[in-house]
Amino acid sequence: MIQISHVSKNYGSFDVLKDCSTTVSKGEVIVVCGPSGSGKSTLIKCVNGLEPFQSGEIIVNGTSVGDPKTNLSKLRAHVGMVFQNFELFPHMSITQNLAIAQVKVLGRQQDEAIDKGLKLLDRVGLKAHAHKFPGQLSGGQQQRVAIARALAMDPICMLFDEPTSALDPEMVNEVLDVMTELAQEGMTMMCVTHEMGFAKRVANRVIFMDHGRIVEDDSKEAFFANPRSERAQQFLAKILHH
Amino acid sequence: MVYEFDWSSIPGALPILWDGMAVSLEITLIAIVVGIVWGTLLAMMRLSSIKPLSLFAAGYVNLFRAVPLVMVLLWFFLIVPRFIADLFGLPPNTDLRLASAMIGFALFESAYYSEIIRAGIQSVPKGQMAACQALGMTYGQAMRLVILPQAFRNMVPLLLTQAIILFQDTSLVYVSALADFFGSAYKVGDRDGRLVELLLFAGLVYFVLCFAASMLVKHLQKKYQPA
Ligand SMILES: Nc1ncnc2c1ncn2[C@@H]1O[C@H](COP(=O)(O)OP(=O)(O)O)[C@@H](O)[C@H]1O
Ligand SMILES: [Mg+2]
Repeated sequence: MIQISHVSKNYGSFDVLKDCSTTVSKGEVIVVCGPSGSGKSTLIKCVNGLEPFQSGEIIVNGTSVGDPKTNLSKLRAHVGMVFQNFELFPHMSITQNLAIAQVKVLGRQQDEAIDKGLKLLDRVGLKAHAHKFPGQLSGGQQQRVAIARALAMDPICMLFDEPTSALDPEMVNEVLDVMTELAQEGMTMMCVTHEMGFAKRVANRVIFMDHGRIVEDDSKEAFFANPRSERAQQFLAKILHH
Repeated sequence: MVYEFDWSSIPGALPILWDGMAVSLEITLIAIVVGIVWGTLLAMMRLSSIKPLSLFAAGYVNLFRAVPLVMVLLWFFLIVPRFIADLFGLPPNTDLRLASAMIGFALFESAYYSEIIRAGIQSVPKGQMAACQALGMTYGQAMRLVILPQAFRNMVPLLLTQAIILFQDTSLVYVSALADFFGSAYKVGDRDGRLVELLLFAGLVYFVLCFAASMLVKHLQKKYQPA
């Protein structure tokens, strides 16, 4: 589904990504972790072309992301993405947030789009909030709406960039529960997260990044039982302590 | 000797002054509409990653902000009428002063509007554009549906304040002998030898209108202050 081969990216003399390669198969759930600034967000944003990269290749569902001839908008319409800061559109109601891209990008009819949006809103447990505006919802609720908004586009895979990092601790689980359910339904997912409980529950593989490199890319069993690199060991020790 | 005020020529002058006010408001309105539309395009060019576009916009904005408005109006008064007359094959005596004043104002004010709008666009978090693109929207759709509506909502007080300044600035069209509100007051005062009274009256009208408008802006600002 997603093949990342030898991707490198730099800002001037600073290498953000160094020769990164990995594959995400259909239905797989991959958790990407690593220290802050290691390039996790950059890597995941390369997958849907939000960040350009200088060398290497990324193929999503048969389409090369880096190819200048690729219609990126068309590709992105079917690659869901969830951001750390939710990025709901604050000037639109929840219903409009869910419908707008379906209508403007996929060309669906307004009522069809609203129908679909409301179904997904129900699925993330927020049907009663349809008429509200994002500012009236809690962070956890906003993030669930953001997930529903991405799902409304019928994505072939979902990218998550630290979806729970901006949340108060008591709201983390409501978002992870939605993500877990999604994983169990067979959605292909690439999740940047430090929620190791989530990783243990649903991940197939864990990728550990450090200084722009993919240092570990292992089954979750192998990763948690016995991380190979010292950096990953230190990281795990620190994060599991908290 | 104390100057003796004589306000008697004002009531009779009201129709002329009213016509002048209509001209002032017309110029203001056109300049606001064109200023916002062209200013938005300039702001988007300025923020664009396409170098020639951003250079052009930067040059335009800096040029118009570095010359006095009176001078721009004079240029347009002297040059544009002939240019337009040639372009459309109009008879040479067609009165194009209003049109050229409007064009001059609109182009000048666009430079100021574009700076306000640029700040407004930049006030929208970067993640909003990323979210739009991640949903498959094109740059144009993202701007139109998500970024600009938020930018304009943040900018309403500044845009209105600029509109008030613009309305005052319309008095500068007197250089083209165009009968706007100020020009009309001046003409009547000159004709009746009551310049002081007419200019005081005109000043009072400007003050009342602009003061009321800026109170309104303050009120709106309070009411719609982002939480
Ligand atoms: N536009 C940019 N210009 C220069 N450096 C950047 C830019 N964006 C990100 N970086 C740098 O790239 C590195 C990786 O960033 P990021 O992918 O956000 O890391 P992570 O998500 O793992 O915390 C960081 O060191 C960051 O400072
Ligand atoms: Mg990050």
